[in-house]
Amino acid sequence: MVESKTEISVEALRSGNREEFARMVDAYSGPIYRLALKMLGIPSDAEDVLQNTFLKAFQHVKDFEGRSSLSTWLYRIASNEALMLIRKKRPEITLSDISPENDDNSDYSPAQFIDWRPLPEAEFLSSESQSVMDSAVQHLPENQRIVFILRDVEGLSIQETGEALNLSEAAVKTRLLRARLRLREELSVYYGERLKKGEKNERS
Amino acid sequence: MSEVKDPKCHALLGSLSDYVDGTLSEELCVEIDRHVAECQDCHIVVDTLRKTISLYHDSASENLECPEAVRERLFKTLNLNDYIRH
Repeated sequence: MVESKTEISVEALRSGNREEFARMVDAYSGPIYRLALKMLGIPSDAEDVLQNTFLKAFQHVKDFEGRSSLSTWLYRIASNEALMLIRKKRPEITLSDISPENDDNSDYSPAQFIDWRPLPEAEFLSSESQSVMDSAVQHLPENQRIVFILRDVEGLSIQETGEALNLSEAAVKTRLLRARLRLREELSVYYGERLKKGEKNERS
Repeated sequence: MSEVKDPKCHALLGSLSDYVDGTLSEELCVEIDRHVAECQDCHIVVDTLRKTISLYHDSASENLECPEAVRERLFKTLNLNDYIRH
């Protein structure tokens, strides 16, 4: 996230300065909305998360002690809101929720070994490609999805991601690795097909 | 990798994120460099993993603003109408 293009004063926020709060909303509504949309995949849900994030920030800014940066604090609220909404919408507990995380690599060992990077650049920019990428993120378990979005989409550091999610750095790294490998796998299936198709067309 | 059942490929998996992020110790890094140079499958996994991460990273640099209507409703919900900038 852009760490305040215009410096936002935490002091002013804490003293209830509405203009400063509006500046904070201006600076961070974009990234927070994007996080929510990537997390939930549905614009109306993303908007709920966006609104609740800033409502909560408004209620609790007096308690913000500045132990993390303002952006990490907002990401923390937004991540909680997004995860709560996901869990609320899916009341039944699935097996993957209760199985403990283990460090067994077997479930995410690579199975796709096609080098699809030589595809023409336009392939990666198409709207079809974008929707494949978005749905691949949606297929991640939510605890990996949120880590991946914070770290690799929003560009937080491992430490900041841990602060936002109340996780150790080791836990962040484990989830991030799994998420990245799963996404690579899914993109490899799609782009691998595109590559084969392109080669076939060239031959004919 | 898993298909070829080489224990080296499997050992590499756990360090892959740190490797592509450049946060791995030099010693381990050299070891992985050496393995990747010899193992075609691992080479592809490393390269396409890097590409995967950069595709997501690049897609995020676009559309940083939320839609205008969403933004307006947000300011309304927060009672900040007076401060909305167009």
